[in-house]
Amino acid sequence: MEILAEKMTESRLNVVSKSTQAGQGARSVLVLGLGNLLNSDEGLGVHAVRALQADRAADFPQVTFLDGGTLGLNLLPLVEDSSALLLLDCVDAGLEPGSVIELAGDEIPRYSGVKLSQHQTTFQEVLGLAEIRGALPARLHLIGVQPASLALGTELSPQVQACLPGVLQRVEALLQGWISGEGAR
Amino acid sequence: MSQRLVIDPITRIEGHLRIEAEVDGSGVVQKAYSSGTMVRGLEIILKDRDPREAWAFTQRACGVCTTVHSFASIRAVEDALDIQIPKNANLIRNIMIGQQYVHDHVMHFYHLHALDWVDVVNALQADPAETSQIAQSISSWPKSSPGYFKDIQARLQSIVDSGQLSIFANAYWGHPAYKLPPAINLLATAHYLEALDWQKDVVAVHTIFGGKNPHPNFLVGGVPCPIDLNSDVALNAERLSVVGDAIQKMVEFVDQVYLPDLLAIAPYYLDYAGLGEGLGNFLTWGEFPGEDINDASKYLVPRGVILGRDLTNIVEPDPKDFAQVQEFVSHAWYDYSVGDATGLHPFQGETNLNYTGPQPPYEQLNVDQKYSWLKAPRWNGTPMEVGPLARVLMMYASGHEQTRQLTEAVLNTLNAPVEAVFSTLGRTAARAIETKVFVDALQGYYQDLLANIASGDTATFNGERWDPLSWPGHAEGFGFTEAPRGALGHWVVIDGRKISNYQLVVPTTWNASPRDAQGQAGAYEASLVGTPLAVPDQPLEILRTIHSFDPCMACAIHMIDAEGKPLTEVRLGGNTC
Repeated sequence: MEILAEKMTESRLNVVSKSTQAGQGARSVLVLGLGNLLNSDEGLGVHAVRALQADRAADFPQVTFLDGGTLGLNLLPLVEDSSALLLLDCVDAGLEPGSVIELAGDEIPRYSGVKLSQHQTTFQEVLGLAEIRGALPARLHLIGVQPASLALGTELSPQVQACLPGVLQRVEALLQGWISGEGAR
Repeated sequence: MSQRLVIDPITRIEGHLRIEAEVDGSGVVQKAYSSGTMVRGLEIILKDRDPREAWAFTQRACGVCTTVHSFASIRAVEDALDIQIPKNANLIRNIMIGQQYVHDHVMHFYHLHALDWVDVVNALQADPAETSQIAQSISSWPKSSPGYFKDIQARLQSIVDSGQLSIFANAYWGHPAYKLPPAINLLATAHYLEALDWQKDVVAVHTIFGGKNPHPNFLVGGVPCPIDLNSDVALNAERLSVVGDAIQKMVEFVDQVYLPDLLAIAPYYLDYAGLGEGLGNFLTWGEFPGEDINDASKYLVPRGVILGRDLTNIVEPDPKDFAQVQEFVSHAWYDYSVGDATGLHPFQGETNLNYTGPQPPYEQLNVDQKYSWLKAPRWNGTPMEVGPLARVLMMYASGHEQTRQLTEAVLNTLNAPVEAVFSTLGRTAARAIETKVFVDALQGYYQDLLANIASGDTATFNGERWDPLSWPGHAEGFGFTEAPRGALGHWVVIDGRKISNYQLVVPTTWNASPRDAQGQAGAYEASLVGTPLAVPDQPLEILRTIHSFDPCMACAIHMIDAEGKPLTEVRLGGNTC
């Protein structure tokens, strides 16, 4: 028991020093792909971030690319720990399917209608909570695509698939601007 | 003249629930009907699968309490195959189960239930100095200065001014049934926001023992985390100390925030100590086993049945008795091969979907026919309430000393008689009482785990029956857990090393069940009768009682729904009933 207790005291110090180190680098640039992969175009954000992870991550070592799926409230700490946040998501703006929509800062809504359950804590509500808690990232940007289909299915519709390369290019341009310090919000 | 009030969906719960209530001319609920409007169907998916992987499917019933269906599943398979798990595995499971309660109950109180009692917008009227004074008089929690509350209030003001109430948008702010003074509204709002930080820290327990969160990993025969103090990748001293720290944070938050807040809020809602009583029948499968899970006498939460509020006589239910546990479908959208009037034990359970309800969109359900995707589970033909109140009553009635002391302390503080526990307020207080009991028990399981590891026992897995060739041709098992929302049971039948039948009877199926073949109402339905509504088209009072059960419809019934469909929140029909 004593040996275990000794080891635990020792390791507690390790944990503290590790978390201090992590804390220093934590407020960083985060690209978050959102959506449900099971509802075709609803999964746009996840498809996009996976493509970025595969092809572009090496060009942006200082950026974290993350598949946020439908994790809802679980994403709050990640949002609050980032200083610049780029969201990729399917967005219903009432436009032609495949239209690319960009919103920045306060243009991104913090609430999206009746909340049915904690399963459906929408990402906008996560932003709302971060705001009330005074921990919203300084730089906030959303690139979205108007869906053509939300039917059951793990692939994007042809219209939305066709605009994916353009979305990825926009992400790249935006990140380059952010990193070189030119892209004001 | 009476009117039909329809609440669909009930918000701030898990999943989709519809309540139809008949309200008389003076605004009092006369009859209520509870309908699950989604279907689950996991039973169909599990057929013919390897029983060792069933936990990974059942776990996905819910994205919030993501351990309970795995525990019930692995225990069912271990029961069927007669597998005993090592001591460390049992202690680690108990710590994970304890964490789930504390985490879930705190989040339910602040994030799903508090907004029924706390008027967030009214917190803007508070004097932060008064809030600070109240906070410091009820707790030693350090975040209690006037400046701290002033800062929270300023941020809340800017949110309200922006017109985007965000997470607080969906409530009946200003409703006359809100009774708290502004200072306490501000206190609770501050703690709502603090609970978000706290939950981020305490999920570490599941991440360490189960590899990830949500949806940690599980293992039939033990736990999937090997213990090796000299390894960087196993359960080592560093990880154990993180678990210890997380448990400490849980203890502090429960003692210094959750319990004091409950006792500060409850005195303003004493009328709810006489409302929402419900059935008076309670069932628990029990939880926190000792080294032998088959010895129910060693459970911290006893396995028991209480009938008609009689706390002097606890009956031990037998989950494998075909006559005791039955599910009825006379008012649920299923067909039974033996006819709908007969109840079936879960070992013989059938999942034949047959929707006969109205085509949506519809005004109201025909409650004389089938009206829910939830079956009606019954014990010896009787409807039961499950959940925190059932567990606290079972511990109280069986003489658990700490439960008795806490219950009496709460009743004394509220100056309420013991009958007050059978109510909406009693259910909400019971959730807090058991959280305190379990968070203290957690510290004990953690110390036991450290002591057992220190003694040289590092076993976490019993692999004797891992190979399917070691299994009998036919086996049946019952697995259980007391999920945060109540008694959860899984029944598995294994034939030829594959699942031939699997049935889940989940807490919300007991509580939210429709009427049965005899026309007996379920717990939600019974609890709403007699509830007066101050403003019938803003039925806050109904939400308070339904939320006191902590509905988990996602687990009771499950399907994929296109998110964001416009849904009517409350409708009033003019029908004369």
